[in-house]
Amino acid sequence: MEFFKHNTAIDFMALRKWAAFASGLATVLCILTLIINGLNWGLEFTGGTEIVTSFQAPADLENIRQTLETAGYHDVKVQVYGTAKMVLIRLAGQEKVGSNNLGQEVVGHLNGASLESSAYIGPEVGKELATNGALALVLALIGTAIYIAFRFEYRFAVSAAVALIHDPLIILGIFSYFQMEFTLTSLAALLTVMGYSLNDTIVVFDRIRENFRKNRKGSPTEIVNISVNQTLSRTIMTSGLTLLAVLSLLLFGGETLHGFATAMIVGIVVGTYSSIYVAGALAVALGLDRKDLLPVVRSALDDMP
Amino acid sequence: MNRYPLWKYIVLVLVIAFGFIYALPNVYKKDFAVQISADTGHVLDASVENNIETAFSKQQIKDLRMEKQADDSWLYRFATADDQLRADDIIKDTAGDGYTVALNSAATTPKWLQDLGALPMRLGLDLSGGVHFLLAIDINSLIEHRMQASERNISDDLRKAGIRYLALADNDKGINIRLKNREDVDKTVSILSQTYPELTRTISPEGDNWVIQLKLSPSAKADAENFAVEKTLSVLRKRIDELGVSEPVVQRQGADRISVDLPGIQDTARAQQILGGTATLEFHLQDTEHDAVEAQASSAIPLGTSLYHYAPDEGGQTTPVLLQDRTILSGSSITNATSTIAEDGRPAVSITLGGGGEAAFYRVTGENIGKPLAIIYVETKLTPVLLKGTTEYTQRKTEKVISIATIQSALPSTFQITGLGDPKEARDLALLLRAGSLPTPVAVIEESTLGPSLGQQNIDKGIFSIEVGFIAIVIFMSLYYRLFGILANIALGMNLVLLVAVLSVLGATLSLPGIAGILLTLGMAVDANVLIFERIREELRNGLSPHASIQAGYERAFSTIVDSNVTTLIAAVALLMIGTGSIKGFAVTLTIGILTSMFTAITGTRAIAHLIYGRKTRLTHISIGI
Repeated sequence: MEFFKHNTAIDFMALRKWAAFASGLATVLCILTLIINGLNWGLEFTGGTEIVTSFQAPADLENIRQTLETAGYHDVKVQVYGTAKMVLIRLAGQEKVGSNNLGQEVVGHLNGASLESSAYIGPEVGKELATNGALALVLALIGTAIYIAFRFEYRFAVSAAVALIHDPLIILGIFSYFQMEFTLTSLAALLTVMGYSLNDTIVVFDRIRENFRKNRKGSPTEIVNISVNQTLSRTIMTSGLTLLAVLSLLLFGGETLHGFATAMIVGIVVGTYSSIYVAGALAVALGLDRKDLLPVVRSALDDMP
Repeated sequence: MNRYPLWKYIVLVLVIAFGFIYALPNVYKKDFAVQISADTGHVLDASVENNIETAFSKQQIKDLRMEKQADDSWLYRFATADDQLRADDIIKDTAGDGYTVALNSAATTPKWLQDLGALPMRLGLDLSGGVHFLLAIDINSLIEHRMQASERNISDDLRKAGIRYLALADNDKGINIRLKNREDVDKTVSILSQTYPELTRTISPEGDNWVIQLKLSPSAKADAENFAVEKTLSVLRKRIDELGVSEPVVQRQGADRISVDLPGIQDTARAQQILGGTATLEFHLQDTEHDAVEAQASSAIPLGTSLYHYAPDEGGQTTPVLLQDRTILSGSSITNATSTIAEDGRPAVSITLGGGGEAAFYRVTGENIGKPLAIIYVETKLTPVLLKGTTEYTQRKTEKVISIATIQSALPSTFQITGLGDPKEARDLALLLRAGSLPTPVAVIEESTLGPSLGQQNIDKGIFSIEVGFIAIVIFMSLYYRLFGILANIALGMNLVLLVAVLSVLGATLSLPGIAGILLTLGMAVDANVLIFERIREELRNGLSPHASIQAGYERAFSTIVDSNVTTLIAAVALLMIGTGSIKGFAVTLTIGILTSMFTAITGTRAIAHLIYGRKTRLTHISIGI
């Protein structure tokens, strides 16, 4: 079975202006929504108490919220958790928590509710985690950037780094726009996507480099086009297969891994796009040329009489 | 042509065999079990066994089997969770006080696997259900207390040596001693260097006077921190045993934190109160002037004393004793305790004092040579009380005389307690002393509870999503790449087995993010094969022979595979540095998965491809979907 004939010749580079425009627009929109709406930080980052309760019948969220506010809790968030009979109750960080059995206490106020799980995270832990998370993000960025710089020519490195920032930013933007909860596992997905998307980019770069060395003819734009076409089957296959795995996680993995799966799915789609357009096209735009990629040693040999 | 040398096949077979053996324990379901062990001063003997067996047959409970384990505990296995819970109550009632009974999930791994050290992965709390705490230790207050105590001792020492200081005070920077002249400084320094080597000294003139500034040296500080954390850990472990938790995970996290995982426990309140509770040890002199038996009979307890009951022989009769109310030493002054053998060959416990109480203790014991000294174990226990259908807890202070021994000489900061029954008792006493009380208060900064049903649900969902993802990939790969797709699928299965085996050998804990990591690894593992196969297809289209295409496909794709995996590895390492349990699990799974997948996807598929096609010299077509 083949999805792509071996002589696929889609002119990706012809669309690169549009792609640049779309990417630029998306990036700006994402930054805007991040500034305006911010992220809906998960419990691990904010600190506070989260309780999951189950009911015999579908729960009346507004009723639960009012009951709890009357009982003296403030800033109560109530939402459905997986099924209509399960409810997630979140109490803000400044609530007097850390008491022995806040979970039991809250459930005690609600008729017919039983406690499924509860979690309390102190404010200091949350802060620390946010710091560590940011640190890990920066570390991953620097680490991968150093690796590409070491492995490839600088125009490739810069383009890959741009793609590297582009992808997580889009994910964060989508989390922000839809106000999906950004949890610790979402952060894990974000970092994984960075590694994954770069994976795609490197495959394309490898091929560009190879084609530059092999083909004496052809403009950089043509070479990039050929390379993207040649690797297209692989790019789509791998992305598709990984997408299958993550989709299974989103559909069947349960509520806890929702954030992770969502971030991964967005990341895989955006990452595939960015490795075709952002990285390749940008390298050309930055003035990538054949002579930049020819191995130094061989050219020295060629010059010998 | 395309052939592997024999040794490569041997390595491959060995690796696969390793994978299957060490992944195998995860297949066995765990038995529902109840574990019983004896507390200090009690033994598990035939009568206990008979009582339990009788109670079982009366209540019509059938245990699968009972095992006497190496650590002197017994394990009863049951077929159902219901039996297990009923048996737990029965055993608790039958054995009574003096025994710790805990619910347990016993591995059913066959013995030959256990002998190979093959054990199943531990399940994280999000899969097994239970309670998790993160406790923070207040180290600063500990150091502060220590410096305050040192200040008092230095003050005593200087006074004894006849050195008159102008001022002595401790602040956040350390202890400052102001002295009149250089001569006093020299004398003080010689005392300090002998008695307080852990304090660093800075001497500087100030006007006509001299000031010695003392600070806790960094290594002493680190030692103090380590000691506090280690001691808190041991205290917590001991207390968790009291709770009756099987397979608790109590470990240090960072410099001053302790993470406690209690699988199977639902009652956060009780767990938290017991973990944070205070139990301590007190030394009292025995009142030998009054008759304790008479005092007990007449209920006229002499002023300044209290009546206790003491069992000199293990499990023997208790006799009343009168102890003076004045505490001459409390457990917080004990910095270490180890069981040893005394000079006369009897078991003993060697105690090291610190933190300030030792000077007074030396004086008091010196004044009371020949008199009996009693050690009381004081604990505030929580007892559940059923009130109108709801369980509440009452605090009950229990005091138990654990030892009475005659003072042989004035006791210095290191001394031995003898008069103990046997080495086991000495060991237990040392343990008690060490685990006696928390060295410094702990605060709960993170807490989570998850019901067992939700945990099981997470396991089911996690495993189901792995199955669906795996099958989807397998179907797709075989359709798209035909025979080579099947090779990739075999490699994928091998990768799954190897990954589980390595995780099990490393003793990793499987959590929900870990399952996500496994699934993601599956998706990424096929990437290597897709790269190779696409390359082979391309070479075939370019007109290369099948053999040459296979060769070229594997070789040319190799550097790309390494490159792309390194970047994911970098991200995984960055994740490892966030350091939180569940995310660490994900990062570890991903890291190992990438490594195993590179092995299986490259070496594994190539080896089979060589087996199939390698010997055919005139190969015209290979099954790779074109």
